[in-house]
Amino acid sequence: MSNAAKPATWTAAPAAAMPGALRRYGVWLVAAAVFVVLPHIFSSGTALTVMSLMGIAIIFALSYNMLLGQTGMLSFGHAVYYGLGAFCAVHVMNLAIRHIVPVPLVLIPLVGGAGGLLFGVVFGSVSTKRGGIAFAMISLGLAELVASSALILRGFFGGEEGVTTNRTKLLRLFDWSFGPQVQVYYLIAAWCLVCMIAMYALTRTPFGRMCNAVRDNPERAQFVGYNPQMVRFIAFCLSGFFAGIAGGLAAINFEIVNSSYVGLGPSGTVLIAAYLGGVGYFVGPVIGAVLVTYLQLMLSDATEIWQLYFGLLFIAVVAFAPGGIASLVMMHAPLWRARVVHRLVPAYLLALAPALVMLAGISLVIEMTFRLTVKASEPSAMTFFHVPLDAASVASWLAALLLIAGGFWLFRRSWPVVDRAWTEARAAAKRQGSAS
Amino acid sequence: MTAPALELTDVWKRFGRMEIIRGVSLTVPVGERHALIGPNGAGKSTLFNLISGRLTVSAGTIRINGEDVAGLAPYEINRRGLSRSFQVTNIFPRLSVWENVRCSVLWSMGYKYSFWRSVDDLADVRERIERILDETNLLDRRHVPAGVLAYADQRALEIGITIAGGAGVILLDEPTAGMSHAEAENAVALIRRISAGRTLVIIEHDMSVVFDLADRISVLVYGELIATDVPARIKADPAVQAAYLGTAAA
Repeated sequence: MSNAAKPATWTAAPAAAMPGALRRYGVWLVAAAVFVVLPHIFSSGTALTVMSLMGIAIIFALSYNMLLGQTGMLSFGHAVYYGLGAFCAVHVMNLAIRHIVPVPLVLIPLVGGAGGLLFGVVFGSVSTKRGGIAFAMISLGLAELVASSALILRGFFGGEEGVTTNRTKLLRLFDWSFGPQVQVYYLIAAWCLVCMIAMYALTRTPFGRMCNAVRDNPERAQFVGYNPQMVRFIAFCLSGFFAGIAGGLAAINFEIVNSSYVGLGPSGTVLIAAYLGGVGYFVGPVIGAVLVTYLQLMLSDATEIWQLYFGLLFIAVVAFAPGGIASLVMMHAPLWRARVVHRLVPAYLLALAPALVMLAGISLVIEMTFRLTVKASEPSAMTFFHVPLDAASVASWLAALLLIAGGFWLFRRSWPVVDRAWTEARAAAKRQGSAS
Repeated sequence: MTAPALELTDVWKRFGRMEIIRGVSLTVPVGERHALIGPNGAGKSTLFNLISGRLTVSAGTIRINGEDVAGLAPYEINRRGLSRSFQVTNIFPRLSVWENVRCSVLWSMGYKYSFWRSVDDLADVRERIERILDETNLLDRRHVPAGVLAYADQRALEIGITIAGGAGVILLDEPTAGMSHAEAENAVALIRRISAGRTLVIIEHDMSVVFDLADRISVLVYGELIATDVPARIKADPAVQAAYLGTAAA
């Protein structure tokens, strides 16, 4: 899904450089087509579930980036608005089932959005008075407050077991029951597309642009007529709105909402997703959301300690690509435009092979350590990528160390090749740029 | 009779027991180019900070076009028609030159916190930005991130941001500081152009610039105004010579 959205920086060229309507809306038409086609390619139940969760995560991560990437507000408690939106949605769903309020299921996400917006207004009026560290700390405090309230206010939050609902019992439109997962997928995909377009459009408005100004220099913004507190507050409310929509979709998807929705866990996950993808680009959180959702669901099948790998990946990105995955992709944009990017492929493949060998070695050490320590009660025989081996034998450890050392050595040897290919491709792109 | 563009009445600023500004009264009529000079540490920038709302006065009143602005936030004062530049360049470093200027025209053109229309479709905004970039000779640098501009260009952009909102009263804090002679000449020509039809108050250390540009000059020493007059009489004032010009010439 990540390739559906056109990479676009926050600081794109001004209007004079804007291409025609097709270029302007084309990317969204492509995204819509991809959303429609995906279930026909990946039609298994698991795939539908994964893609549904990805759609929710994309909205949530993009809403988070309205704060972090666009307005420079680091929030540690964004799941509060996602979770409270979900609770509002699930309660209204149950009211609709009892025919107290006539809301069709397709509009339930909007109820979630209204809930997120409402609590965004309430909590935002407190937390957006200050930017920077003060805002981050208040967001953490509010997250703790709501998470602990969730276990106390049982009427609204449903206590330990949460609040359940049944999405098929609501008023139907077009004879869709929303029982089958594929129908839920299409509902989520439609809302995801609408929200992506809305949030992208928002970055191109006077308000969206002043968010960037407040992010870069809140003091100067004051001297051109803008109140940075008000900019932060509006950004916070709108961000809460979209987070609430994501929460509403989650309520529909899972048919249960509990206190874990508002906890620090999802607040941390959305931060990591946005940062992994790259907060400096609109498409960054989309990439991050897709990747993190995939890893959460798929890596956990492959290994019990998937969270360790997840953490290592996050550290690697923060250390080596602080602009996120999107920044790595965007580095290649000039080469792509000059049609020389393919020249890098051989060099990249050459470096990739030893890198994978090295990673396999590291992973083997981690898995064997896990087997010998945490799982000490179990036999030391195990399989690694379908290869049977004994975690207690010296040979296995020697093999692992050999993989790491050999992979590292070859990777270092391959790096000058990548470097040279990169320099040459850049030079070729520059030559074309100056020639045209 | 129209109110003066800027009117300070017995303005005081204290930090604890330190008196930085001591009873300054000053009236700048509409359309005047007024220079504020004085030795380092006299309180010139503090006075600007008081007028623009960056600091609040300890006592006294400040009126812009007849309206009392004491205690208002900088953005409220800006909306009442006063705009300022900074001694240390104060721009949006990650935004392009074009976007920097756009930030400063949006509010004054009434777009405020609008989040329902595309900023790229606002033809009036585009025209105004182009005019400002043309005036400040930055048209060919429009796509460059402001943070990587050459120093003189950043100073020109600082002035561009200051005037782009169309404020009637402009405060410039040492606009030529740190520039080469040729760059300073360009900057003075720019200031002369942009101050036409506006009220200008400028802090400046270069006396040739001051006497060339100003209609009247005020001399601030240790937080007090010791003289306000036309350049010729300021030059001849013995108190000014003793306090400022004499030491500068020596």
